[in-house]
Amino acid sequence: MHELSIAMSMIEMAAEEAARRGGAQVNAIHLRLGPLSGVVKEALLFSYDVACEGTPLEGSRLVVEEAPVVVYCPTCEEERTLASVQRFCCSVCETPTPQVLRGRELEVVALEIE
Amino acid sequence: MSTGPRLVEVRQNVLKQNDLLARSLRRRFRAAGVYVVSLVSSPGAGKTTFLEKTLSLLRRGRGLRVAALVGDLATDNDAARLARAGVPVKQITTGTVCHLDAEMVGRALEGWDLAVLDILFIENVGNLVCPSSYDLGESLRLVLLSVTEGEDKPLKYPTIFNTADVAVITKTDVAQAVEFDVTAALDGIERVRPARRVFQVSAKTGEGMEEWLKFLEGMRDEGRGMKRESTFAQIG
Repeated sequence: MHELSIAMSMIEMAAEEAARRGGAQVNAIHLRLGPLSGVVKEALLFSYDVACEGTPLEGSRLVVEEAPVVVYCPTCEEERTLASVQRFCCSVCETPTPQVLRGRELEVVALEIE
Repeated sequence: MSTGPRLVEVRQNVLKQNDLLARSLRRRFRAAGVYVVSLVSSPGAGKTTFLEKTLSLLRRGRGLRVAALVGDLATDNDAARLARAGVPVKQITTGTVCHLDAEMVGRALEGWDLAVLDILFIENVGNLVCPSSYDLGESLRLVLLSVTEGEDKPLKYPTIFNTADVAVITKTDVAQAVEFDVTAALDGIERVRPARRVFQVSAKTGEGMEEWLKFLEGMRDEGRGMKRESTFAQIG
């Protein structure tokens, strides 16, 4: 369970950004989360509320946008969205592929501030 | 004047700090010419026994200068066991933290002269979830799966099995007794990261160790993975 420390890093990051913008209030953090990030969405949402307590972000929301895993298919020579993380293969021709292009995102994409 | 709520773009990787530290560790390892291998697995998969045997064979049999960092929540039992191989070992006690990160590795290496080492091993905390998020600056990541755990572990924990460059099936000496289905295990490993090297070893009997060590020496000689940007990139 490392989601709590991840949540704390995010809050810290957002608070710094808000301070840079003249002490703005952060209403929400928008996060892009890939299935290969090793972070569980539900655990992160739970940890977020706990981690916010007593910080300038108390009462703010965490909005999670789930990103797909995108692999490269050497047969089709195309980017393909993975159908299941239990099988790394092309979703069209089923050629197995270890080439992961995206899907490890753990990225704060935007802040909702006022 | 009130502007009301608005969305501002940030685009920042939450683990940026770790990734930057890992990158600087990787540069440091490369400059010192030390090849760094990390090990992940569930608790009890045999990381320490496998590592003890590996260290001993590399040092005594091949004359390589090896060392290990070993992460655990508590106790330094593993470090004491590994020290029996007659190599420098340092324990990283993480307390309640379920994984190693680049900062812990950097701190543990303070005062070490990396240039006198050929290979450094980093044994992560026994955990198949959390370590998958953290780049430690390693050039090669191993995931271990013991025959006593069940063949479906790779499918249950695809993320960590996907991040590892090499898979090692351990405790093969008891495979028959526990009715381990090696075909199913190999299939699962292949599904979550196709075309990866898999070794089947028994650190107890020594079976499969030679093949693994030869592979490791080859990787080291070629400097595979030493220039990559992160553990999560394919070996380059």
